[in-house]
Amino acid sequence: MKQILTGNEAAAIAAKLARVKVISAYPITPQTAIVEKLAEFVADGELEAEFMKVESEHSAMSACIGAAAAGARTFTATSSQGLMLMSEMLYIASGLRLPVVMANANRALSSPLNIWCDQQDSMAVRDSGWVQLYCEDNQEILDSILQAYRVAEELLLPVMVCFDGYILSHTAEPVDVPEQGEVDKFLPPYELPHPLDPERPVTMGPVGVPEYYQEIRCMLQEAVRVAEDKIAEIDRAFGRRFGRRYGLIERYRSDDAEVVLLTLGSLSGTARGLIDRYRKRGEKVGLVKLRVFRPFPFGELIDALGHAKAVAVLEKDVSLGSGGALFIDAAAAFIDVARRPLMLNFICGLGGRDVTQLDIREAIRVAGRAAETGVVRRAVRWLGLREKIVGLRPKL
Amino acid sequence: MTEQIPKEELLAPGHRACAGCGCVLAIRHVLKALGKNVIIACATGCMEVVTTPYPETSWRVPWIHAAFENAAAVASGVAAALKAMGKGGIKAVAIAGDGGTADIGLQALSGTVERGDNVLFICYDNEAYQNTGIQRSGATPFGAWTTTTPIGRVKRGEDRPKKDVPRIIAAHGAPYVATASIAYPLDLIKKLRKAAAVEGPTYVHVHASCVPGWRIDTSKSIEVAKLAVLTGAWMLYEIENGEFRLTFKPPKRRPIAEYLKLQGRFRHLTDGEIAEIQRMVDEQCKRFGIE
Repeated sequence: MKQILTGNEAAAIAAKLARVKVISAYPITPQTAIVEKLAEFVADGELEAEFMKVESEHSAMSACIGAAAAGARTFTATSSQGLMLMSEMLYIASGLRLPVVMANANRALSSPLNIWCDQQDSMAVRDSGWVQLYCEDNQEILDSILQAYRVAEELLLPVMVCFDGYILSHTAEPVDVPEQGEVDKFLPPYELPHPLDPERPVTMGPVGVPEYYQEIRCMLQEAVRVAEDKIAEIDRAFGRRFGRRYGLIERYRSDDAEVVLLTLGSLSGTARGLIDRYRKRGEKVGLVKLRVFRPFPFGELIDALGHAKAVAVLEKDVSLGSGGALFIDAAAAFIDVARRPLMLNFICGLGGRDVTQLDIREAIRVAGRAAETGVVRRAVRWLGLREKIVGLRPKL
Repeated sequence: MTEQIPKEELLAPGHRACAGCGCVLAIRHVLKALGKNVIIACATGCMEVVTTPYPETSWRVPWIHAAFENAAAVASGVAAALKAMGKGGIKAVAIAGDGGTADIGLQALSGTVERGDNVLFICYDNEAYQNTGIQRSGATPFGAWTTTTPIGRVKRGEDRPKKDVPRIIAAHGAPYVATASIAYPLDLIKKLRKAAAVEGPTYVHVHASCVPGWRIDTSKSIEVAKLAVLTGAWMLYEIENGEFRLTFKPPKRRPIAEYLKLQGRFRHLTDGEIAEIQRMVDEQCKRFGIE
């Protein structure tokens, strides 16, 4: 049934449809409305779950770890500083191979304090062994959380569903909410193969001595790496049941494009409209939206971008001292590929700064010039800066 | 009561604890007291490190270690899952050392108790970060040498009294809080069983000697722990629904020097400093109703 939902409401409804058993969360803007909504569901008896009002995000993730290890389907949500406080436990959730699912309403990191959108928070924990999905709209949030449980439980990996704070979390859109019965068929009750259970005692989280640690780490890396196939398979199964599919990446008018934008999250929606206008004028500009950031879909990206003359990577994050996190990986994808596009990075939209179509036009213009000349004068640029910053010489 | 203590060992031998370790003895008693129907969340620390060198484990009960500061929160998650899945008769138990309780773990512990979660939290208190090589914690007693409270020309060991965690937890309104000692195993087991039987947050704080940290002979772990109680340096009590009760009153309190002189960590103390510690102990005992 179609409902008008904010991104936060879509996330909460998805967790309810997934019949989560333990919710453990701590309030933080712009995520808070998710757990408020879930608290209401539990208070009204619409959702039979334990709602743990923990004293910090660190404990939120710790409790999810304990609950998941005991065999319950768990959910939490956070943003920004909360994700940072959790970060120690993120590595432990994946190291213990626990299928925790978390919604992260993307928000900037302090300092300066900023409650608005960018993706520095989830990018900062990209090495934590979590599968990371980035959503473009509220429908995708709901669908991704349902898919996330299947992915998490089939692979024994935690999954983070990321969506842009305010831009999606607080914006209402029509969302098709599936029937509970259909969701139950897609997402059967969960059983951890090795739960904490007095009938069959197991030891979880031992000391990994040097003789074993590296192998255990390598097994985790392999598990995350090969998750690609499982994510795609579950996405197809979801598509068959609900009629919506997302893929690891989405190619939008990019197959014959000379200049391709590569984006994450809601930025893809802004870019999509603009691409149509370029196309109307006969200009070969396309878009590739990356949905799955971890595991990084190297193969699909090489396939989608390899033919382009120039790729403009637009992202709302920066690995300080380097470039954008997406750019670093996208460029690395072509390291041993003979035919490769010129790669340009545009950092934009930090701390809630609007990314306008004008900004994206600028990125397309710069990438187009690189495509013509075959030269990239500066790989990493910032879009939409208010003023020139010494040393950066941004071309506005 | 001794015949009610099961012979079965739920903590397997072969672990890597030091000879004479008081803490591993505490854990052995804990498991005998609680039996098999537990799920244990253990904090990083001596007892985690010595019992689980992969691929070996000493734990014959389900056990999870996540991190240092969050044993209480992990146990709360376990308790919530058991409740949500309708699994009764299994107790979620958190185990942490004094660092994982009094210092880095205090926030999570406070949260667990304040929320009323059905978790038994057990602190094994060896009075310093012994696992990382004897650094002071909030539970290190006044005057003790540790590697971060060295005996120098200007400073002479730990200069603050021990943090009173049991009463901090009691102040949360926990239905059952108790202190115990490895030197009084029957008292320890009785209190653990009492704590486990309560539906709600309970706390047992076990004083346990550390051979390398306290600088004691491997044969003296029990003797030293017992002297702590007999001198009044450590007291055995319980706080049940807010009611304080001493569970053991030393018949005639022995001088604190007898406890201190067995331990290398107090070797530097002058007669004057020992007299100062005696005064502090006397004052504390008076507050708790011990003469």
